Amino acid sequence: MSAHSHAHDDHHGDGGAGHGTFNSYMIGFILSVILTAIPFWLVMDGVLDSKIATALWIMGLGVVQIIVHMVYFLHMNTKSEGGWNMLALIFTLVIVAIAIAGSMWVMYHLNTNMMPDMDHDMIKSFG
Amino acid sequence: MTMANNTAAQTEMPVFYLKEEHHPETGTMLGFWIYLMSDSLIFGILFATYAVIGQNYAAGPAPTDLFDLELVAINTSMLLFSSITYGFAMLQMEKGSIAGTQLWLAITGLFGAAFVGLELYEFHELWSLGATPMRSGFLSAFYTLVATHGLHVTFGIIWLVTLMIQVAKHGLIPANKRRLMCLSMFWHFLDVIWIGVFSVVYLLGVLG
Repeated sequence: MSAHSHAHDDHHGDGGAGHGTFNSYMIGFILSVILTAIPFWLVMDGVLDSKIATALWIMGLGVVQIIVHMVYFLHMNTKSEGGWNMLALIFTLVIVAIAIAGSMWVMYHLNTNMMPDMDHDMIKSFG
Repeated sequence: MTMANNTAAQTEMPVFYLKEEHHPETGTMLGFWIYLMSDSLIFGILFATYAVIGQNYAAGPAPTDLFDLELVAINTSMLLFSSITYGFAMLQMEKGSIAGTQLWLAITGLFGAAFVGLELYEFHELWSLGATPMRSGFLSAFYTLVATHGLHVTFGIIWLVTLMIQVAKHGLIPANKRRLMCLSMFWHFLDVIWIGVFSVVYLLGVLG
């Protein structure tokens, strides 16, 4: 994808993007299988005692697998499309992170402050 | 899309405009990538919704009562297989083999259909347990997120069948190659979204 138009003289049609090789697809596939199997195994067999540790492993392996898919299947790199692919991706990630983290943060506080068993004096003190 | 291979001719002619060398060839791919990013925003918001109201069970069923991880594991492998088979279709396309491309596209479509079929089966099972979208905030968010992804896969299959007909009629012409590359990005993108779905909704859900 990075060396489009010049290095690939054999196929200079539209869109010189997304050229993987058999090996790169297989590497991506095998990594994906491993990265999928581990979190399922952790949950289905209850391998770890700590739920928080299991949850962190699931999220961590998920992030790694997303990167694997981006690199080996979507052929992402910092140079593709002159860097605009990466820029659009980073922008999207920032927006999504703000939306998810912001929603959870705000709604968590809302839930906390709306608890029915909240101390009555405390409610008064707000007002 | 116009071809950009007339640089040799350009040297003899006066140039009255600035030519961006790489632009014409890859404009569609960048545009499609930006579409995928906007689609990511949709899924991002649905994930945010699920994160906020995914625990509001309204005294109804919780993920541990509902989700069958073995079914989800099979479903996930269907989508993963379809990703690698689409990759093989792209490799055949680059070799210029119409038959090879069509074969792998067909296999990809079957894996995709198996995925959608299993998901509909899962929904049917949940529905028969009374776990409908109307039951609780958790189920509303669950169905919205998972079914939006499933709808994307469904449209991906329709697109894939359309392209198989196109390739059968016109062969691997540049326009069809470009379309196949766009669908390739779409298809792999859906697999990326599914990683989030099975991690956040199913695995973290069953973990409790």
